[in-house]
Amino acid sequence: MKRESALVTRDTQYTVRNPLLSFLRALSAVVWKDLSAEMRSRELLSAMLVFALLVILIFNFALDLDPKTRQESTITAGVLWVIFTFAGTLGLNRSMAVEKDRGCIDGLLLAPVDRSAIYFGKTIANLVFMLIVEIIVLPIYSLLYNVNLFQPGLLLVTLLGSVGYVAVGTLLATMAVQARTRDVLLPILLFPVVLPIVLSAVKASGGFLDGIEMTEIRPWLNLLVVYDIIFIAIAFMVFDFVVEE
Amino acid sequence: MIEVRRLIKRFGLKTVLRGLDFRVERGEFVALLGPNGAGKTTFLRILASLSRPSLGEVRIAGFRLPGQASAVRRRLGVVSHLPLLYGDLTAEENLRFYGRMYAVPDLDKRVTEVLEMVGLASRRRDLVRTFSRGMQQRLAIGRAVLHDPEVMLFDEPHTGLDQDASAMLDTVLGEVAARGRTVVMTSHDLARAADLASRFDILSRGVIAASVQRADIAANDLLAFYRQATQDA
Repeated sequence: MKRESALVTRDTQYTVRNPLLSFLRALSAVVWKDLSAEMRSRELLSAMLVFALLVILIFNFALDLDPKTRQESTITAGVLWVIFTFAGTLGLNRSMAVEKDRGCIDGLLLAPVDRSAIYFGKTIANLVFMLIVEIIVLPIYSLLYNVNLFQPGLLLVTLLGSVGYVAVGTLLATMAVQARTRDVLLPILLFPVVLPIVLSAVKASGGFLDGIEMTEIRPWLNLLVVYDIIFIAIAFMVFDFVVEE
Repeated sequence: MIEVRRLIKRFGLKTVLRGLDFRVERGEFVALLGPNGAGKTTFLRILASLSRPSLGEVRIAGFRLPGQASAVRRRLGVVSHLPLLYGDLTAEENLRFYGRMYAVPDLDKRVTEVLEMVGLASRRRDLVRTFSRGMQQRLAIGRAVLHDPEVMLFDEPHTGLDQDASAMLDTVLGEVAARGRTVVMTSHDLARAADLASRFDILSRGVIAASVQRADIAANDLLAFYRQATQDA
């Protein structure tokens, strides 16, 4: 009897509810789904973390040959952003592969929600993963390289750079996941596009580490903010077209 | 309920659907049969609003695709040969997630109802990746009926299932159809289609080559009808 009761046609309301509420509900559902699945599998975070720690160690040994070079702020900033961007690429690839492997991307696209809610949900989840990796990487890097990375300005740059990187990365990962060569394709597509963000982030990070005047750092910060806004706006506008065949 | 006129779908220079006409009344269960490469999955993806038509008109429940896709999606349940489920979430969490995406009212009660319907209530807290293929497909049907859709699209739902799992899937499909939902199912399996559908349409070379009501053909004659239609197309 219970089996049948679930199929009795009900007076389902097909009316559109508050669009903003619907958007936020879908967005939070996607974020919750990604975080819950990752809490169970820990595939994405462990891959990103292991990779990041290996890169720190490799640079640690490589730069150990020249202690002066090791202390230079541009080297520190460069190494940090190499770690963040490469580890981030691993995470972005894995995040979209999960959607593709069981056809779940179709399940998401079949939902009667604004597709930008799916994009923002995936972006927020990817940002959380990237920030978790950064929170773990920063103190380890500080210890190994004897550099204080816990400066408010540097943390702000890390956040702004990560937002821009993940915003454009999620969009391009959605495109790349359709291809058989998605693992190779994503970095090829992503790195040229994200270059202005990485460049601004390295320059601003180096500036904060050197303790130079805020007036000299501000142009790079402004550039980061502008690129974040531009990339998020573009992704918002084109995501619907990107996910369609 | 479903009305398709002169539908054309091209992928680059290749034309997959060539002016296809198709009409399904409310409550009909149509089996869409055809050889590999006939365009069945492409057609179903267009009906599901996952792909845009190159030319032609598609209406579901009076709403035009792709222009009114969101209204169509609210009325649509889709089951493909892939489960569209997350392996690292439990059965209950998967349904709860999709329920939130469809804004299903009284979600807790509905999730319980659906899990009982597909016979997975006792496994509600198990991860989907631990499920057999048959169990995943049953849960996929649960996902598709969760929001009580008017129209259901099944894309070769029996693919990869053993006999027992296929029989159980047929039972659930039969219940879905018996409750008055409009169903379109693609299949290679003529015998299973003959058991379930009220009408058989043969899709060959991008058009509906032939169509026959279940009442007008004996189950034994379906294979001959299918062969004739695919040869003539």
